[in-house]
Amino acid sequence: MNAPERSRSLFRFAAPHNFYPLAGRLAPWFAAAALVLTLAGLWLGLFVAPTDATQGEVYRVIFIHVPAAWMSMFVYLMMAFWSGVGLVMNTRLSFIMSQALAPTGAMFCFVALWTGALWGKPTWGAYWVWDARLTSQLLLLFLYFGFIALTRAIEDPRRADRAGAIIALVGAVNVPIIYFSVQWWNTLHQGASVSVTKAPSMATTMLVGMLVMAIAAWMYTIAVVLWRARSMILERERHTEWVGAVLEREMQAKGGRA
Amino acid sequence: MLSTFLAVLRRDLLLAWRGRADVLVTLAFFVIVVCLFPFGVGAEPNQLRAIAPGVLWVAALLACLLSLHRLFAQDYSDGTLEQLLLSSEPAALWVTAKVLAFWLSTGLPVVAVAPGLALLLDLEQGALPVLVLSLALGTPILGLLGAVGAALTLGLRGGGMLLALLVLPLFVPVLIFGAGAVEAEMSGTGAAAHLLLLGGGLAGALALAPWACAAALRISTD
Repeated sequence: MNAPERSRSLFRFAAPHNFYPLAGRLAPWFAAAALVLTLAGLWLGLFVAPTDATQGEVYRVIFIHVPAAWMSMFVYLMMAFWSGVGLVMNTRLSFIMSQALAPTGAMFCFVALWTGALWGKPTWGAYWVWDARLTSQLLLLFLYFGFIALTRAIEDPRRADRAGAIIALVGAVNVPIIYFSVQWWNTLHQGASVSVTKAPSMATTMLVGMLVMAIAAWMYTIAVVLWRARSMILERERHTEWVGAVLEREMQAKGGRA
Repeated sequence: MLSTFLAVLRRDLLLAWRGRADVLVTLAFFVIVVCLFPFGVGAEPNQLRAIAPGVLWVAALLACLLSLHRLFAQDYSDGTLEQLLLSSEPAALWVTAKVLAFWLSTGLPVVAVAPGLALLLDLEQGALPVLVLSLALGTPILGLLGAVGAALTLGLRGGGMLLALLVLPLFVPVLIFGAGAVEAEMSGTGAAAHLLLLGGGLAGALALAPWACAAALRISTD
C-alpha cells in the first residue's frame, strides 16, 4: 500500500489493489464490444454471406467454430505466458491472470470440438474422425482440464499458483510435439480420405464475418477474464484493508441507487 | 557430483529391492492388462496381431502411471525429500538418479517381460527386437515426464487421478512413436525413424524434465 500511488509506470497495475478498479472500469467496455461484434458477425455470417458452393448452408458453423478454435489455442499460449511471468517476476497478479484464463480457454476448446462434430456429421458422415487437428484439439482440452484440476486441488494458493504455472509451461513445451506427432500418426494410419481444407477461395464477406467473430471472441475473453480476475483478487485479498474499503464503497453505491 | 548420483541411485535401488512386492505388483498388473484384451476383442489371431503393439504399449504406459506415485511419496512422508532439497547438491542430479532407479525397478522388468507377452498376442518374431528397443527408449521418457506430475501432485488428496489427468496427454507422443515403431517394422517400412524420434525425445526429456521436476518438488514441499 505504501507504493507511490501516482507512479506513471504501467507496472503499478501489477499490484492487485490498483488492478482491481482498472479491471472493473474496462470490463464493461469489452463486454459491450463483444456483444456488438457478435451480433454484427452473426448477421454477416448467417444472412449476408453467400451459400457455399460445395458445402451448402452447413459451412456457416465456421463463424463460431474457427474463432473458437483460434481462441482456444491462443488462450493456452497466454496462460503459459502469464505463468512464465509469474514464476520469473514473482507477481501474484500473473498467476491470477493465468488461472482466470483457463476456464475460458477450455470453454472455447469445447465449443470448437462440439461445433466441429456438428459440422462433421453432414459433411464427412461422422461426428468424429481421428484427424490430426481434431485429436490435438482434444488433447489441448485435456491439458486445460489438467491445469484447472491441479490448481483447484491445491488449497494453499501460493503452491497452487506455482504448481499450475509449471504444468502450464510443461504443457506449452509439449503442445507442438503433440501436434506434430498426432499429425504423423494420422498420416500413417489413414490416407487422405478426409481433408479439413476448405474450398480454396473464400468469399470476402465470409472472411470478414469470420474475422469479426474472431475479434468478438477476443473481446469476450478479455471481459470475462477481467471479471474473473476481479473476483479472484477479492477472494485472495479478503483479509486486507483495501478490500474492506472497496466492498463498503460498492455497497453504498448500490444502496444509493436502490 | 557422481558420488551423490550413485549414492541416491544405490539407496533407491536397495529400497526397491527390499520392497520387491511393489515391483512384482506392477509387473503383474502389466501382464493382466495385456491378457484382458483377448477377452474384450476376441481371440482371432489376425486381429490380436494387429492390435498387439498398441496393447503392449498402452499396458506399459498404465503400469508406469500406476507406480509413479511411489517415486516421491515415501521420501515425502518421512522427510527425506526435504533433507535432499536442503542439501547443497544440485536437485536435478539426484532427481535424475531417483528417476533412473525408478525406471530400473519398474520400467526394466516391463521391458523384459514384454517379448513373452507379445508371443501371447501372436506378434511376429521379427518385430520383437523393435518392441523391446522402443519400450527401452520410451519408458524412461514416461518416467521423466511422470516424475514432474508426481512431484506436482505430492501429498494431494485424490492425487492418483489428478496425476493421470496431468500426465496422460503428455504421454501421447511417446505412445504414438513407440507403438508406431513396432507397426512400422511389421508393415515393412522400417522402424528407424520412430526409434530415432524416441531417442531424441529421451534426450530432450533428460535435459529438461529433471529441472522442471526439481522446481516442482521445491514448490510442493514449501
